[in-house]
Amino acid sequence: MNSVIPAPIARQPWAMLLPLIALVGFGAMVLFSAAGGSWEPFATSHLLRFLIFLVMAWVMTLFGREFVRFAAYPLYAVLLILLVAVEAIGFVGGGSQRWLDLGVVQLQPSELMKPAIILVLARFYSGLPPSMTMSWRALVPAGVLIAIPMGLVLLQPDLGTALAIGFGGATVMFLAGLPLRWFITAGIGALVAAPIAFFFGLHDYQQRRVTTFLDPESDPLGAGYHITQSKIAIGSGGLFGKGFNEGSQSHLNYLPEPHTDFVFATMAEEWGLLGGLAVILIYGLIMRWGLSVARKSHDRFARLLASGMVATMFFYVAINLMMVMGLAPVVGIPLPFMSHGGSSMMTNMICIGTLMMVNRWNSRAPRSQLS
Amino acid sequence: MFRRKPLFRKAPHVQITSATLDNTYDRRSFVVAGFGASIGLLLAGRMSYLAIAENEKYETEAESNRVNLSLIPPRRGWIIDRNGAPLASNRADFRVDVIPERMNHPEQQMAVLQEVLNLDQAAMADLREQIEQTRGFRPVEVASGLSYEQFAALSVRLPNLPGVVPQRGYSRYYPTGPAVGHLIGYVGPASAEEYEKDRNPLLITPGYKIGKDGLEKQFEQRLRGVPGARRVEVTATGRIVRDLETRDDIQGKPIKLTIDGPLQDYAARRIGLESGSVVVMDCRTGDVLCMASMPSFDPNSFSDGIGRVEYAMLRDDERVPLRNKVLKGLYPPGSTVKPMVSMALLREGVDPEETVYCGGGLRVGNRVFHCWQRRGHGQVNMAKGIYQSCDVYFYHLAQRIGMDPIAAMAHRCGMGQEFDLPVLSQFYGTVPDPAWKLEKYGREWQAYDTVNATIGQGYMLANPLQLAVMASRLASGRHVEPHLLFGESKGHFPPADFAPEHVALVRKAMSDVINGPGTAGRARLPLDDVLMAGKTGTAQVVSLSRSDGRSGPWKYRDHGLFIFFAPYDNPRYAGAVVIEHGGGSSAAYPIARDVMTFLFDPRKGVESLHALEKQWGGNAQERLAARYAAYAAQTGETVPPAPRRDEEIFARVDAEARAAAMIPVAEATDAAVNRSDLAE
Repeated sequence: MNSVIPAPIARQPWAMLLPLIALVGFGAMVLFSAAGGSWEPFATSHLLRFLIFLVMAWVMTLFGREFVRFAAYPLYAVLLILLVAVEAIGFVGGGSQRWLDLGVVQLQPSELMKPAIILVLARFYSGLPPSMTMSWRALVPAGVLIAIPMGLVLLQPDLGTALAIGFGGATVMFLAGLPLRWFITAGIGALVAAPIAFFFGLHDYQQRRVTTFLDPESDPLGAGYHITQSKIAIGSGGLFGKGFNEGSQSHLNYLPEPHTDFVFATMAEEWGLLGGLAVILIYGLIMRWGLSVARKSHDRFARLLASGMVATMFFYVAINLMMVMGLAPVVGIPLPFMSHGGSSMMTNMICIGTLMMVNRWNSRAPRSQLS
Repeated sequence: MFRRKPLFRKAPHVQITSATLDNTYDRRSFVVAGFGASIGLLLAGRMSYLAIAENEKYETEAESNRVNLSLIPPRRGWIIDRNGAPLASNRADFRVDVIPERMNHPEQQMAVLQEVLNLDQAAMADLREQIEQTRGFRPVEVASGLSYEQFAALSVRLPNLPGVVPQRGYSRYYPTGPAVGHLIGYVGPASAEEYEKDRNPLLITPGYKIGKDGLEKQFEQRLRGVPGARRVEVTATGRIVRDLETRDDIQGKPIKLTIDGPLQDYAARRIGLESGSVVVMDCRTGDVLCMASMPSFDPNSFSDGIGRVEYAMLRDDERVPLRNKVLKGLYPPGSTVKPMVSMALLREGVDPEETVYCGGGLRVGNRVFHCWQRRGHGQVNMAKGIYQSCDVYFYHLAQRIGMDPIAAMAHRCGMGQEFDLPVLSQFYGTVPDPAWKLEKYGREWQAYDTVNATIGQGYMLANPLQLAVMASRLASGRHVEPHLLFGESKGHFPPADFAPEHVALVRKAMSDVINGPGTAGRARLPLDDVLMAGKTGTAQVVSLSRSDGRSGPWKYRDHGLFIFFAPYDNPRYAGAVVIEHGGGSSAAYPIARDVMTFLFDPRKGVESLHALEKQWGGNAQERLAARYAAYAAQTGETVPPAPRRDEEIFARVDAEARAAAMIPVAEATDAAVNRSDLAE
């Protein structure tokens, strides 16, 4: 370490923070353009939120391992109660309900559930004797832990978040060493169940999203409009883009949601393929750092926790980018660190904070310790 | 359940430790990282494909999103009369269209339109019907001729009214309205069929109208012009951000007609309450000066989008205001053929001084054919046969020469002929002869057929234009062909193969019809120096047993006909007047007299017209409006037609303008000014 830089600063994981700050800054520029060349209403609040949640992430690093382990189940329980509460209020108020108005802030418990499910599963598997990993006792409790919040979120209905919870949970189970054939069996089962779920489980508007994803030109002015316009924005950007603040698709409102779900298309139109590859590369750097934190960690809990957080972020990025490029149906999943929106920023910064926390645990204790 | 058991039973066989789990984690996290990396590569590849391989396609699509190309409908070419005054012109106006397909809440939006534009219930009913009938992509005109205030009020509300398109455009204007309706036709939005035929995007441009009838349709391509274009940058909601470039339209070429606008207006109005037509030709050049057919429709209200009620009124009228009677009205020509038959007799060597005794009738076969004058005319020579219109004279001599020479002469005079005119269709009637009858009915020609034909009854049918051409040919002795386009005729027609002395004799006899001891003394022109010659005709419509031809139900009354030319000694103008069910020729020749008076002395003509219009209750346009109001009230519609425009900027083609122009300058300072240039 360079002695000129004070230790508390040098200690920070700059390999991740620098790309992250660059990404958020770039995101702010895109939002500046999406607002028609103005700091308001998106860019300023985007940066402000990032700073607030960065402080929150730093505070998280102060938590000790035992405390986090201890808090896992109660936290999960509280979130479940909140999810039920949201459902109840929604039932009373009529219609879809995702928010819990706590007066000061609007809380979206389903968002918090995404990191929480990782935490609780990591806690569960770290407590499970290794010899039981191959038995039903490794599968059933974890399955219940995942299924309850997924079911509640699906009732809202919020397919995107439910899938994110499922994906995070499944990744942790996979990394926990559960038998591979279970996953293969589940995969085959999902393939069989998908059509059934499509026809009986999905709402009309969700079904439409899937069918238009398969054939967006079938309804270019209706539900396929989003995908078509997004592809036009990305494709028309070319190699170098149309230039900062020059994107016609976003500025003339052809692109739906140019500041949230389709922020990548807004960016790609103005910055071209180079901007797009840079963004993908930065995500790659952040994820790689996350996985290395997981690999370097001392115990099963921290390792599963860290890699689960990476998986959650990965799910956001991959689904969003696939959606805007026309490779996935339109599900309302924003792009981490670039899309304007508080709850997505919060979830992803919790993931980052958790990774920074695990990173701190790693640097504090030698690796030899076993859990 | 059965499948799951073996899944779990295997577990205890392998000893799992934390070390093996670490190992598994390392391997699996490698798989997960690999999976993530491959998704990353997939995304990078997909993006490269979109941005490079398909770049061109998407760039075009982005551009077509951004740029909206709208056509500026070209201003339609004017239709002008022989003196350059507009019979059909354009005037700038504010208009509102809707595109049914793009309206999201049609009923709500229609209510807003009704309120802002102050539309009444009938107009709304019309609009709904139109919207139902047209294809969704085609704009439907809601209202035109809006005031600037209405236009502005609507423009403010546009963001909430998708599919509503306010336009600044031009609308077609016919200064003399009904007088030129049949001749010029009218314009209207292209129908779906017309668009199928001519896939010109201009046709579905809001507010663009094509010729639907008459000359407007005939000369559509020439009048159309070249549309301009406006490229604008628009947002997804259609709001215009800025103009990119604009190319002006090129106005369609004008069409100059041989028609004399004021004369056309005068003749149309002079027909008055009757149903009929007036044709006046220049018998030296063949120029058709006037082709009036009344009652007519007002092409202005068709161009503004005719109302449902107004259309029903026109359609249900037994006087068929939707038919051009000059070209498509066929009538037995009656006694107006007698000068022509006389020419045939002379040609066959009949001595004009040979007399025939008329005792009021002539037995042909086992039937007695009466002369119109039941008392008889006594001894009748050819001249008296014409000016007294003695039927017996012609019954007798026609039988001597037979039908064929008469039919040949009729053809020579233009009957049965289809003229080379730029019109959509003309009915050319019948000149019967033995061969024709045999072919058509399979029966032999009889003597009584000849007798009927010589007085223009029986099978013989002609349209008013043919009668006017006949008058021109008899007057000039030349093979005059009618023309409608100015400058087309050089005026050198070959002689019609008439002997000059025959022509002179017939002309004199026709002059005596009016100026001598003839049947139409009241047709004498109120002028000192011009004598008009003519021939009356009364065509029977039903047998005498059903009606005496003068009274009773309108549609059983006789047609009144009159052919004429003037001045008699040096013919310049010739024409024909046909009044349907006028009850005899006395309904026709006063009109011919007044029309010719107007031609030679506009002030005198207009004075007599004004006196008549006072009795009739206004001029043709005013009466049409009054009739509409009455009709509308009868069908339970409470509302008047669309308000007429107030400004009368084209004051040059109506009859009064000509009369005013003849007054010394001190008396009329503001007449005959073409202010159309100011309005454009």
